[in-house]
Amino acid sequence: MVASSPGNNSAVLRWAGLVLVGLTLLALPFALAGVGTAWVRITNLAILFIFLSLGLNIVVGYAGLLDLGYIAFYAVGAYAYALLASPHFGLHLPFWAILPIGAAVACLFGVLLGAPTLKLRGDYLAIVTLGFGEIIRIFLNNLSSPFNITAGPQGITLIDPVRVGAITFGRTDIFVGLVFSGPVKYYYLLLLLLLAVIVINIRLQHSRIGRAWEAIREDEIAARACGINTRNIKLLAFAMGASFGGVAGGMFSAIQGFISPESFVLVESIMVLSMVVLGGMGNIWGVIAGALLLSFVPEILRYTVEPVQRAVFGRMLVEPEVIRMLLFGLALVLMMRFRPAGLFPSRLRRRELTQET
Amino acid sequence: MAEVLLEARGLTKRFGGVTALSDVSFTILRGEIYGLIGPNGAGKTSLFNVLTGIYAPNAGSMSFEGRPLDRLTPDRVADRGIARTFQNLRLFGNLPALENVMIGRHVRTRSGVFGAILRTGPTRREEADIARRARELLEYVGIQRRADMLAKNLSYGEQRRLEIARALATEPRLLALDEPAAGMNATERAALTRIMESIRERGITILLIEHDVKLVMGLCDRVAVLHYGVKIAEDVPEVVQRDPKVIEAYIGGSPA
Repeated sequence: MVASSPGNNSAVLRWAGLVLVGLTLLALPFALAGVGTAWVRITNLAILFIFLSLGLNIVVGYAGLLDLGYIAFYAVGAYAYALLASPHFGLHLPFWAILPIGAAVACLFGVLLGAPTLKLRGDYLAIVTLGFGEIIRIFLNNLSSPFNITAGPQGITLIDPVRVGAITFGRTDIFVGLVFSGPVKYYYLLLLLLLAVIVINIRLQHSRIGRAWEAIREDEIAARACGINTRNIKLLAFAMGASFGGVAGGMFSAIQGFISPESFVLVESIMVLSMVVLGGMGNIWGVIAGALLLSFVPEILRYTVEPVQRAVFGRMLVEPEVIRMLLFGLALVLMMRFRPAGLFPSRLRRRELTQET
Repeated sequence: MAEVLLEARGLTKRFGGVTALSDVSFTILRGEIYGLIGPNGAGKTSLFNVLTGIYAPNAGSMSFEGRPLDRLTPDRVADRGIARTFQNLRLFGNLPALENVMIGRHVRTRSGVFGAILRTGPTRREEADIARRARELLEYVGIQRRADMLAKNLSYGEQRRLEIARALATEPRLLALDEPAAGMNATERAALTRIMESIRERGITILLIEHDVKLVMGLCDRVAVLHYGVKIAEDVPEVVQRDPKVIEAYIGGSPA
């Protein structure tokens, strides 16, 4: 429907553009590796945040349910992977088996969170989900005794890297003269998963279920009068959103090789929510842009703030971390003031603004 | 024509100390337009909400097509074949008109998450069918040119019609309209009357709440009058119009 192109010319342009973007994405890790492998890692983390943002977008953007504890599902996915593929329990399941398990467990937690909060909306729901996120983190911190399940604050180490056939993702391989380091290999795997996640998101949005989510967001009573079982459809939104978080968590575990509850604090939840809001709620491309922006800008700051300050003042005055949060807060305030629908509002919302006279 | 479609017996609904409905009984026959009138606060909308499962009644029972309708949630009521519109319009404002009607098809379609993700044959066919039916309904109520506009940007009369189209999308046997002509001008009102008559010709029974007594009297086969939650009259319009109790309820205060 959207692809209705006025002529052959624009169709060709579209394809050319897609091919160009594809080639750029394929070549990207090598360019980044030239600057430093750290940047490949940063890119990988950025892709994970895109996963998270797209998952949260289902809950917040489509169904309109404000979730402030979303990072809990990331944690659940990460710990599911870590426990099933590390020396901690001596289990070493293959990656293709754990990822669906992680998604399923996260999905279950999504329903666990969704079920008691069905009647809540807005601020009230936000408070409960915030609490839920904290409960999960505190559990992870304390489930080390009497039975050592999560190893508490020490976290879980030596998590297996992804292995597909003969390819181990943790090692560096040389293939047709190109150096494929671990992060580069993960980059391609994540790119593949990301493609799947985007396709799933687009398809869900333009489906009977996607419309039902939007109906609930717009008017719950009218949605029920249309025969939508709001309970099931809301739970479905929580479950789908959580599964994306679970998959992202699993990949995070595999890439890092080490996880601890520290990675799953409230600020992370807020960060993901900010990505969704900054880019434009409900718009997949906007959400992706938001995730990329909020992933890369802090990293760029990390590498520039210190040298700049030393050059100007001769010493460090403000920590990069402080500046990061400062700019972050400023950006959000400016955004809410000047572009409340996000940097890239969804097609509908843009129409909404232009139609109003 | 005498087949009973909906039967309500002794419906009572209290909100704290206020009795919104008191022992209200009525039957709606298949194929008729049944009017429900009464002064403000008479309990008309409360009756709608009880009927469509939004409120649970304190007492009484209902049956639809011979099967009990009690304690069903609103979505189950829609599934059973009762659709409604709202007095204060409840459209999905930030969605296009067409999508509003497509959402009305939800209850008659089945595609789930996996169908959507894998875009299976049946899902694609169902999706095409949903869009086609929704366009037909927009045309039916005469707002096909507004299909891609956001619902909230339609004119008031168009929004009313859109809500009817959305309700029709659920394939109801009983369509309950809560003051559909409120705020409409004479032309819009005439168009609405035609739509309602045409809906009846399609074999859909209509339950109509309306303030405009002239419209009700011209359109309805039978009319019930609610006054302070009590049904004080029920008959063909000509009889109800002359009923002294009804006149008193509308004009207020008895002369002696």
